[in-house]
Amino acid sequence: MFAFILRRFLGFIVVLWCVITLTFFLARLAPGSPFSRERKVPAFVEKQLLEHYKLSGTLWEQYTAYLGDLLHGDLRVSFKYRDRSVNELIGDGLPVSAVLGLSAFILATTLGVWLGSLAALRQHTLIDTGSMLGAMALISVPTFVTGPVLVLVFGLWLRWLPVGGWSSSKSLILPAITLAGPYIAYIARLMRSSMLEVLSQDFIRTARAKGLTDSAVVARHALKVAILPIVSFLGPLAANLLTGSIVVETIFNIPGMGGYFVNAILNRDVFLLCGVVIVYCVILVGLNFVVDVAYTALDRRIKLYE
Amino acid sequence: MAVLTIIVLFTLFAPALFHTDPHSTSGLQYAPPSGKHFFGTDVNGRDMFSRVVEGARISLLVGLSGALVSFFIGTTYGLIAGYMGGTVDSVMMRLVEILYAIPRLIIIIIASFVFDPILREYLAGLHLKLGFGNAAFVIEGITLVGYSKVLILILALGMIEWLTMARIVRGQVLSLKNQQFVLAARSLGQSHTRIVTRHLLPNLIGIVVVYLTLTIPAVILDESFLSFLGLGIQAPQASWGSLLAEGAQVINPIRSYWWLLGYPAAVMSITLLALNFLGDGLRDALDPRQRR
Repeated sequence: MFAFILRRFLGFIVVLWCVITLTFFLARLAPGSPFSRERKVPAFVEKQLLEHYKLSGTLWEQYTAYLGDLLHGDLRVSFKYRDRSVNELIGDGLPVSAVLGLSAFILATTLGVWLGSLAALRQHTLIDTGSMLGAMALISVPTFVTGPVLVLVFGLWLRWLPVGGWSSSKSLILPAITLAGPYIAYIARLMRSSMLEVLSQDFIRTARAKGLTDSAVVARHALKVAILPIVSFLGPLAANLLTGSIVVETIFNIPGMGGYFVNAILNRDVFLLCGVVIVYCVILVGLNFVVDVAYTALDRRIKLYE
Repeated sequence: MAVLTIIVLFTLFAPALFHTDPHSTSGLQYAPPSGKHFFGTDVNGRDMFSRVVEGARISLLVGLSGALVSFFIGTTYGLIAGYMGGTVDSVMMRLVEILYAIPRLIIIIIASFVFDPILREYLAGLHLKLGFGNAAFVIEGITLVGYSKVLILILALGMIEWLTMARIVRGQVLSLKNQQFVLAARSLGQSHTRIVTRHLLPNLIGIVVVYLTLTIPAVILDESFLSFLGLGIQAPQASWGSLLAEGAQVINPIRSYWWLLGYPAAVMSITLLALNFLGDGLRDALDPRQRR
C-alpha cells in the first residue's frame, strides 16, 4: 500500500509540474503585455514595473525564479487587482467555490445513485422510463440554460430564493442544483445499467434464495458491487464540476474562483492565472488519488499496489 | 431524427428564404415576438430569429468539425495503442487516464487565447492558390481573419473530446486483432499498415460512427460554454452560447425579455436532445455489449 501511495504521489508531482510549466509559458508567450494601456509609459517606468512584478530577465530566468517562489508557497502578486497577492485572492475565492462544488458533488452522487437504483429495481415501469427520459433531457440542457431559467422562475416570479450573490445559505440552493443537474442524470444512467447487470448475476440469486428481502439484497449485496463504476466516474465528475462551476458562478454572481479565472485570461494576469490553475489541478489530482484508494478498498479483485 | 433534419435545413436555407440580416440594426429595440420578427428583437433591434439561425450555423459547424477532429485523433491514437499492445499500450493509456483527470478545458481556453492572434496574423498574410483545370482561384487570407476564432475553437475542442473515442477504439482493436482474419492477413504477408487500414478500420466504423454522433453534442456544449463566458465566439458573430449570455444578462425583475433567453435555449436544448437520442439509439442498435 505504501509503495502504491508513493508512486501515485510522484505521478501527482509530475502532472502538477507539467501543468504549471504549460500554463506559465502559454500565458507569458501570449501577445500583448499586461501593462499596455492607452498612454505609453516611459522606458524607465516600464523597467521598474517589470522589476516589481519580477518579469525582468530572460523567459527561462523568470520561469526558474517563479518555480522557486512556488516552492516557498508564494503565488506572487496579481497585475490587475492592485496590491493584492494571488494567495489572498485565492484565499477569498476558494472557500466559496469549494462549498458550491462540494454541495453539488454530494447532490449529484446521492441523488444519482438513488434514482438509478430505483429505476433499475422498477425496470420497465413508469418510474424507470420516466426517470431515464428525464435524465436524457437533463443531460442535453446545458447549465447556462437551466441556471437563468431557475432564476427566472424561483427568483423573479415566485420570489422564493435569492437571484444571485453569496449572502445566506439560501443563495446556495439554486447554484448547487444547477451545477449538479446534468451529473445527477449521468450518474443515474450509469447506476441503472450497472445495477441491472449486477442484479442478473448468480450471487444475487443465491441471496434471494436465502430468503432475503428485496431491500436487503440491494443494500447488502448489490449496491457494493454496482457502485464501482460510479466510484471510477468520481474523478471525471470532479473535473466537470470544476469547469462547470466557472459558468455557474458567472450566472449567479458568486464571488468564487471562476470569476478570477475568466478575468485573469482576459487581462493576461499571468500569476493569478497560474495560481488558479494550480489550485484547480491540486484539487483534481488529489481527488483522483482519493478515488483510486477508495476503489481498491471497495473492490478486492483489483490490486493496484503489488 | 426529423427534428434534426428540420433544424439543419433551417440553418442552411433560412437566410435565403427570409432575407433578414442578423447584423442589421433597427430602432425597434426589444420588440416582442410578432409576425415580422418571429423571435422578437434584441437590444440593438436585431432580428432574433436570424441571430438564432446564424448561431445555429456556427454552433453546428464547430460541433461537427470539432467532432471530426476528435475522431481523427481518437481513432489514430486508439488504433496505435491497441495494435502495438504491450508497453506502448500501457504508457499511452496511462496518459489518457491522466488527461481525463486534469481540467483540459481550462488549458485549452488559455491555449486558444494565445494562438488566436498568431493565426490571425498568419491568415492575413496568406494567399491560397487553388487550381481547378484552367481556372485558378486565389483565396486571400485576409477574408478568413474573421473566422480564425472559429478555426481555433474547432481544433481546440477536437483536442479535448478525443479521449473516450481513443479508449473505445483501443478496446475494440484489442479484441479484433486476435481474431483469425487478422492472423490470416498476416500469414499472407501483409504489412502492419495494410492490416490496420484494410482489415481493422472497416470493422471499427460502426462503433466509431456511434461515438461520433455522441461527440457532436459534447463539442457543441463546450463551444457554447466558452462563448457564454465570453471566451469563445466574439461579437458580432453569434453562437448559441453568446446569444444565451446576452439573454441571461437582460433578466431583471422589472421587465422580462424572455424571448432573448427562451428561444436560443429551446432551439439549443432540442438540438442537443435530438443528437443524444440519435447517438443512444445508434449505440443500442450497433453495440451489442451495451444492449439491454
